Amino acid sequence: MASHEHGNDHAHDHDHEHHVENFWSKYIFSMDHKMIGKQFLITGMFMGIVGVFMSMLFRLQLAWPDQKFAILETFLGKWAPEGQMDPNMYLALVTIHGTIMVFFVLTAGLSGTFSNLLIPLQIGARDMASGFLNMLSYWFFAASSVVMLVSLFVETGPASGGWTVYPPLSALPQAMPGSGTGMTLWLVSMTLFIAGSLLGSLNYIVTIINLRTKGMAMTRLPLTIWAFLVTAILGVLSFPVLLSAALLLMFDRLLGTSFYLSDIMVAGELLHNEGGSPVLYEHLFWFLGHPEVYIILLPALGITSEVIATNSRKPIFGYRAMIGSILAIAFLSFIVWGHHMFITGMNPFLGSVFTFTTLLIAIPSAVKAFNYITTLWKGNIQFTPAMLFSIGLVSTFVAGGLTGIILGDSALDINVHDTYFVVAHFHIVMGLSAIFGMFAGVYHWFPKMYRRMMNKGLGYLHFWLTFVSAYGVFFPMHFTGLAGLPRRYYSNAEFPIFDELQDINVIITMFAILGGIAQLIFIFNFFYSMWRGPKAPQNPWRSNTLEWTTPVEHMHGNWPGEIPEVHRWAYDYSKPGYEEDFVPQSTPLKEGEVGH
Amino acid sequence: MTGLLMVIVLALAVFAAAQIMRIYELSAKARQEREYEVTDKDNNTQGRLMLLFGIGLIVSFFWMVAAWSEVMLPKPSSMHGVEVDRLWDISMGLIVFMFVLVQPVMFYFAYKYRGRKDGKATFYEHNDRLEFIWTIVPAIALAVLIIYGLTTWSNVMNPENEEEPMVVELYAQQFKWTARYSGDDNTLGYANVRLIGGANTVGVDTTHTNAGDDFLATEIHLPVGRPVLFKFRSQDVIHSAYMPHFRAQMNCVPGMETHFQFTPTITTAEIRQDADVQGKVERINAIRSAKGLELYAYDYILLCNKICGSAHYNMQMNIVVETQAEYDAWVKEQKTIAETL
Repeated sequence: MASHEHGNDHAHDHDHEHHVENFWSKYIFSMDHKMIGKQFLITGMFMGIVGVFMSMLFRLQLAWPDQKFAILETFLGKWAPEGQMDPNMYLALVTIHGTIMVFFVLTAGLSGTFSNLLIPLQIGARDMASGFLNMLSYWFFAASSVVMLVSLFVETGPASGGWTVYPPLSALPQAMPGSGTGMTLWLVSMTLFIAGSLLGSLNYIVTIINLRTKGMAMTRLPLTIWAFLVTAILGVLSFPVLLSAALLLMFDRLLGTSFYLSDIMVAGELLHNEGGSPVLYEHLFWFLGHPEVYIILLPALGITSEVIATNSRKPIFGYRAMIGSILAIAFLSFIVWGHHMFITGMNPFLGSVFTFTTLLIAIPSAVKAFNYITTLWKGNIQFTPAMLFSIGLVSTFVAGGLTGIILGDSALDINVHDTYFVVAHFHIVMGLSAIFGMFAGVYHWFPKMYRRMMNKGLGYLHFWLTFVSAYGVFFPMHFTGLAGLPRRYYSNAEFPIFDELQDINVIITMFAILGGIAQLIFIFNFFYSMWRGPKAPQNPWRSNTLEWTTPVEHMHGNWPGEIPEVHRWAYDYSKPGYEEDFVPQSTPLKEGEVGH
Repeated sequence: MTGLLMVIVLALAVFAAAQIMRIYELSAKARQEREYEVTDKDNNTQGRLMLLFGIGLIVSFFWMVAAWSEVMLPKPSSMHGVEVDRLWDISMGLIVFMFVLVQPVMFYFAYKYRGRKDGKATFYEHNDRLEFIWTIVPAIALAVLIIYGLTTWSNVMNPENEEEPMVVELYAQQFKWTARYSGDDNTLGYANVRLIGGANTVGVDTTHTNAGDDFLATEIHLPVGRPVLFKFRSQDVIHSAYMPHFRAQMNCVPGMETHFQFTPTITTAEIRQDADVQGKVERINAIRSAKGLELYAYDYILLCNKICGSAHYNMQMNIVVETQAEYDAWVKEQKTIAETL
């Protein structure tokens, strides 16, 4: 195991203070970026278990709508009398599943974990620019998670208007039970969430711009850092818009304003509201909603770039094109939100503009996919569990991205909008790709986080069961969507035309249960390895980036001596002229060597 | 009690798994192996599994297409639907081509270049020409799709008809649809939710000049070949009027009026004679008779496709497309608003 010690050789007196740490300052109110990253991960994993478990429950309902399941009554109580799920609870489950997976798992859990862990370590900084803001960012997230979980237990049930919570449905408690207290708590939770996310993002941006070590030019940054930087910028620019949408919705609900409401009679009651429009909410929501897709996806792509290059033992192919395509995707993501609204009654001319901008995103995405595949070409591929998940990500990114070409085309969207075709598309391209990226990150950086190694055999088993069941769940949904089956239907039995889809629904649920069980392997492996796994060497994957030059044991300030200086980019794998197949970034160039 | 037992069993299972893991790791240690290190054997196995998965993915894709194409919607029953489906076929052809090209290549590379202890990767940073090619080729393909797509979209949303379209209002509320026909003058009378009361369920202004000849219906009837302009209103929350057989959909938004126009081309009687549809009906009726449900004769439908509350999954209305003579006969039976209010 060749560990690279450059920069640590001259251990001077530490130029930072050592605090006396107790349990509270170390594990709870920690300001150390590594601990905060782990806090995000554990919270995100817990929310993930809740979110995935909910999907199991509603998949049972969809596969066997007239069967009674005792387990449903055990978990849902009065919402599943005698094991028959209530339609309102079905809608609540899909709503909270979506909210939790999109925001709590794939935004905070993914970006929060790896931005915190990796930004200081990979750019060569002692910690984040502001450890205090960083701590606040986690605690806002934790508080919002608690509020969201509490909302599951209120009398009238949690928010049930779909994760997009369009008014007037979400604004009027008379319209459905879930629009009562549950919806208020949903908005409170999201407000806290957004505050936390903004604190985190600002910190990431400032840290990356200001605290890079000597020699770490922007063009030498690992692609993970580029992805985190652009993600943070997207978050800072788009989350405030969701916050304003949520505040206006709260005013409509609680103060009697009419931002989104006009000419409404609900449950026999005529409302006074006049002049507002739900379409305004849709614009505000999707102005965040679409960049949000990339807030989720870009960190996963960044992680994949790093994992694929390291384990192919090759430089990432087309480093500059990869940065360019991240920037292009990020820019375009701000001018495509209308593709969620082709059939909302928006002016058809606007539909044309959004079709044009949306289909353009396919170009940088194609560049990324081809570059990943070329990185594999003539590599010396080491199939670690992280590598398997990264290859899985490229597969789902391609499979799901391609159907985006259909859905982004307004004329085609008319007939598949809000059907299972859409459900299939976004779960594959965003859900699966991002969660695969997250798994890749956990397997790859687990030794950095917990000083121990995860079990490889269990990792293999986890990957293959997850990969097979993921395609097994979402691929067949394209076909039910093309049969015209709308999403968010509690039961398809009211339409004889959908009778022949029932077999497909059963297959989907079977794969979903298999996929759910497979995650238990991961959870077991995670916690077992955390306490009992074999001790990690300093640089287990023979990687170039700076985080592997830090000691295995965590310490405040990351490096015992001076921060290493950087002399090259992160991707000098198998470089001719070197005996080892990796050259860490802190290795000075040889005489006459051409560097990056 | 069972709950407690289940928790105990689960805890024991986790404990047992942990012990098995321990033994497994100790034995690896005894063999001087570090479990986490990837060996050539691992690379061979995983590389082969990658190849196998790539083949399996493509095979199962084609299996699904073969087995499940029949559950998809039958041919479109509207004029613009034919155009939309043509664009669909071209786009789908392109993405399926890319899918079956790119996926196998990737899984094959994963297999072919699986690592060996003495293996060496090729240092290959970039190739500007290659990257230029795979930027420009997708750009050209997408340019074609964009131009074709925008032309289709503009034809669908701004159709030019020689004939004046028939105006019908679709009124949505939790959880039902009401159709309001504009009557002899082909103009809808003014309406607003504030005017709802008694028998006036959709809030028509009965004093308005165009209102008297309007009539309400619980089923949509359309004469074949005549363009119809649907105007949508909602009473409470957002609904979406989805008519999949006609490739038509538009949201119904409270406080504003939306519209969508199309020309039905196949009558309900004709579509029931279609070979694909007959096969579909046969399969569906086999399922329904096994369950003891009422048998099904094919119908066009209007569904709600925007989450709107607890009975969202059962907000529907039948659509009947018929000949002009049949339609005229049906209209005669209807009572106008002047007669009912």
